[in-house]
Amino acid sequence: MKLKQLSVFLENKPGRLRELCALLADNGINMITISLADTEQFGILRLIVSDCEAAKTILEAKGFVAKITEVIAVEVNDEPGGLRDVLQVEDAAGISVEYMYAFTIKSGENAVLLFRFDDMDKAVVALKSAGFKVLDRVTLFQHSEN
Amino acid sequence: MHTQWNDRESLIHPASAPDYLREEQLHKLQLQRLRAITKHAYDNQALFRERMDASGVTPDDIRTLDDIRKLPFTQKTDLRDTYPYGLFAVPMNEVVRLHASSGTTGKPIVVAYTNEDIEVWKEVMVRAYACAGLDSGDIIQNAYGYGLFTGGLGAHYGAEALGATVIPISGGNSERQIMVMRDFGTTAICSTPSYFLHLIEFAEKMGINWEDFPLRAGIFGAEPWTDEMRDYIEGKTGIKAFDIYGLSEIIGPGVGMACSEQNGLHIFEDHFMIEIVDPVTDEPMPDGQEGELIITTLSKKAMPVMRYRTHDITSIIAEKCACGRTIRRINRIARRSDDMFIIRGVNIFPSQIEAALLKVEETLPHYQIVLYRSGGMDQMEVQVEVTAETFSDTVRGVEAVHKQLSEAIAHILGIRVKLTLVEPNTIERSMGKAKRVIDNR
Repeated sequence: MKLKQLSVFLENKPGRLRELCALLADNGINMITISLADTEQFGILRLIVSDCEAAKTILEAKGFVAKITEVIAVEVNDEPGGLRDVLQVEDAAGISVEYMYAFTIKSGENAVLLFRFDDMDKAVVALKSAGFKVLDRVTLFQHSEN
Repeated sequence: MHTQWNDRESLIHPASAPDYLREEQLHKLQLQRLRAITKHAYDNQALFRERMDASGVTPDDIRTLDDIRKLPFTQKTDLRDTYPYGLFAVPMNEVVRLHASSGTTGKPIVVAYTNEDIEVWKEVMVRAYACAGLDSGDIIQNAYGYGLFTGGLGAHYGAEALGATVIPISGGNSERQIMVMRDFGTTAICSTPSYFLHLIEFAEKMGINWEDFPLRAGIFGAEPWTDEMRDYIEGKTGIKAFDIYGLSEIIGPGVGMACSEQNGLHIFEDHFMIEIVDPVTDEPMPDGQEGELIITTLSKKAMPVMRYRTHDITSIIAEKCACGRTIRRINRIARRSDDMFIIRGVNIFPSQIEAALLKVEETLPHYQIVLYRSGGMDQMEVQVEVTAETFSDTVRGVEAVHKQLSEAIAHILGIRVKLTLVEPNTIERSMGKAKRVIDNR
């Protein structure tokens, strides 16, 4: 029930993000969503893409450091309190968020929240038992292709 | 008003007498001391004796000054390999002081002094100050770091022996340096040239007018600098900027010093015998031609260093100096014959950076060292390529790697330097020996 995410190390220098995007575009890799964590010195780009393994191979061949990591995707209603409800469950279970980002599904009704928790397995169990819809890869892409 | 630097130079300080010896007197003294120190080192330094025996040379073979060429060279690695006390030539109860400087791989090099050695050191420092026209009336602010580094205590005791007033302020805290310089009426400052450049910038920000300061001389050393830097310092502040030369392995500061003519550095040849050799063939170079400076300590008892390879590239100025001193001069050190560089007075070899990186990472990452100037100071940046092994998905993870690498380097060098993680393959690969140092200064 976890989703594969691609993490890439980026130096803070002009044009670097564009180069990466061009590389993926030229190879027909679609980005479902993207998040950039930046510090004074460097950035970490996190991507959900149509083909994670292929994207990794393509980027590594061009000298990027890329790593496949896992996140948990939770579908919530796109309305006030959606994220709060998820966090309530995790707080109660004593699980912390390491980072997160989000996107809305094209239909506009639901939002997908992507989380990296300190204890991923425990987080999935907690969310599911609280009745949340935890998405796997297949359903996520079905949504986004609607 | 500035006091002119040479107002008081008409009197020769008694300690400076050897600076004015006739050539034959100097040579006689040098030969006498060379023979004695060769015998002392042969009798008390195992490494030297082994090398002499291996080449079939005995101390009795030293009959002329040119015979020094029969003696084996001493390398910096010899000091490291015999760490800590292997080259000491007197019993420990005769050693009154130890100093240390950074070695090539993180282990420091330890040097020792007897009471007599300390006296010699004071004497050459007095002669160095006298070269700059300083005397007992001066107030000397010593901004060299105090501690294991020879600069601080060397400059300190020399200034006291001169009879001057010493302000042992040590390095750092620029605001206090400026305040003390003004309030205490400092007439001369000792520091690295890069630190003084930093002080100039700092003083400008504070809105200081150098005309209001009685400062008239700067004694700058412990790192290579240029005539352009000297002109800049003198133009900005109205002081005279003097180059002082020395190295811990030999004694510390006070091996050589620029005089009022500011054309090269006089070497205190009665204590330090110099040769210039071709760094590749070891053949002696004629006066005026560049080569590696080789120094033999003629008086140092605790740890004589015979024919030390400084890796400093310079040449001997044969012409007599207009200041009247007869001891010879060398040109300002232009560059080195190895890959050592100096940042904030600290000797640094790329191999030390390698050793630090290997403490954190299992295999040596691609890295390069970029030297640049910022805020008037020489700075270095270490760029390290991120690898699949060191890259983690979280900012915290990457910052932890950054911190580990920075601390490993700070631990080995003793100073903090800028470290940047860069993407793979961004550091240029070269055929053969990697170019590790990019000098943008």
